[in-house]
Amino acid sequence: MTSVVELELVVNGLVMGSIIALGAMGLTLLYGNLKFAHIAHGDFMTIAAYLVLFIISVPLSNIGLKAIGLGPFTFGYPLLVALPFAVLIAAFAAVLLDLGVYRRLRNRGSGTVVMAMASLGVAIALRGLVQIIWGGDIQQYPRMSKLFFKLPMDVRIPPDALFIAGIALVVTISLHLLLTKTKIGKAMRATADNVDLARVTGINTEIVILWTWVIGAGLAAVAGVLLAVFQAQLLPIMGWKFLIPLFSAVILGGIGNPYGAFWGAMIVGVSAEVATQWINPSYKPAIAFAILIVVLLLRPRGIFGVRD
Amino acid sequence: MILEVDDIHSYYGLSHVLFGISLSIAEGEVVALLGRNGAGKTTTLRGIMGLTPPSQGSITFQGDEIQGKPPHAIARMGVALVPEDRRIFPDLTVRENLAVAERKPRVMAGGWSVARVYDLFSGLEKLDGRKGGHLSGGEQQMLAIARALMGNPRLLLLDEPAEGLAPLVVRRLAEQVRMLKEEGMTILVTEQNLKFALELSDRAYVIEKGQVRFEGTAEELAKNEEVRGAYLAL
Repeated sequence: MTSVVELELVVNGLVMGSIIALGAMGLTLLYGNLKFAHIAHGDFMTIAAYLVLFIISVPLSNIGLKAIGLGPFTFGYPLLVALPFAVLIAAFAAVLLDLGVYRRLRNRGSGTVVMAMASLGVAIALRGLVQIIWGGDIQQYPRMSKLFFKLPMDVRIPPDALFIAGIALVVTISLHLLLTKTKIGKAMRATADNVDLARVTGINTEIVILWTWVIGAGLAAVAGVLLAVFQAQLLPIMGWKFLIPLFSAVILGGIGNPYGAFWGAMIVGVSAEVATQWINPSYKPAIAFAILIVVLLLRPRGIFGVRD
Repeated sequence: MILEVDDIHSYYGLSHVLFGISLSIAEGEVVALLGRNGAGKTTTLRGIMGLTPPSQGSITFQGDEIQGKPPHAIARMGVALVPEDRRIFPDLTVRENLAVAERKPRVMAGGWSVARVYDLFSGLEKLDGRKGGHLSGGEQQMLAIARALMGNPRLLLLDEPAEGLAPLVVRRLAEQVRMLKEEGMTILVTEQNLKFALELSDRAYVIEKGQVRFEGTAEELAKNEEVRGAYLAL
């Protein structure tokens, strides 16, 4: 070891951070507009990862699309074909859940705890569904082993990591443009700021909420598939276990602030990876948890939270 | 009558706040709704806007029943509310605050645009890219009224617009409201500040404990010491 902090761990942490960011930005937008913690967010990641597995291994495989090892990557183009479908299905499922469950609770004037508990129920149901359909064993996307890239300064990373970071970057920039340049994006930010004022301003906040679900669930779906690629495995519990880094990033960045969530995710991702230099990697999730506790104690509005 | 409120009763949870409020406003009129803190002024405006829908009574706007409609639908019909507090979007820039409120005008001519709003509120243009939350109280109030105008309202509801503003800022605000009045805007304004309200309005209602106690022209109210003493803070 030449430097104090191994650069390779930092790079890996940034890749992990970009996956956390996709999930956390959706989670924080949902919190902003619906004012409750969407506990099923991790399980939306899981279900999307499995949907891609299903689309690759059944319909695409049946019509002869079985390629693996696209360029330097372990997976083949069928994964790229399957990804948008998984995103759409996850978004559609989220809209149906809102109309069937959350909207009813909202109209009844249910509090934030009731809403969060309902989403816990949804989380358990989604995980159960995954277990029933795909079983509890570890699964993998069809893949081909590839050599690691050698970057300067002795950094070696799996090629898939570049793909993940690239997708995360494109999606994050698209989200930024959506929030700042489009009518629906501005309406989402207005609703998160002050829901009554948004309604008085002529914004149909029920439509805004449905769009928030589409975007939040879509981002979670991308995060879930990228996580399955990065870890080279799928497990029914993968998304549930991801909740702590997600919530740490959201709270670190100030609840409701997607830009804060992005940087919070990078901090959580890098800290957890770098910490493995000194502690056993199996304690990685504890790092995110420790960050969560420290932020809640010292800066409950997050490190970027300035307004009251 | 552009607005007719007929015998509305409102509740917050179990507490009964409005006990049969009735009022009406003609096109182009500026009407003041006066009363002490807790008299029911804000609840009346929230009732008209659909934010706190009354449990009984009827509210018609331009002849259409609006009681029971959601706030965004009432806003799009041409009613705009400038609330008492939290009246702008703090995380949105000045321009974004205006952009989210922009609606196509109902009549071909005379629709409000960002440029026209910047003309009326000359201080706003140079704050274009500033976040709403970073504006001063007076600037926020200007932005709040500008935001309401962007929806091309036929009726403007102002909830205690002078509250918490410095005297000089209140003067400028009164000027701007008077300009809107000259353009033919119909306005219902709640106030505790009698002077500000009487200066601008044609007629006034005084409410106390959720009931109308006085109705008359601004001059009648100005002369009526008894009503002023009994129902209004001095």
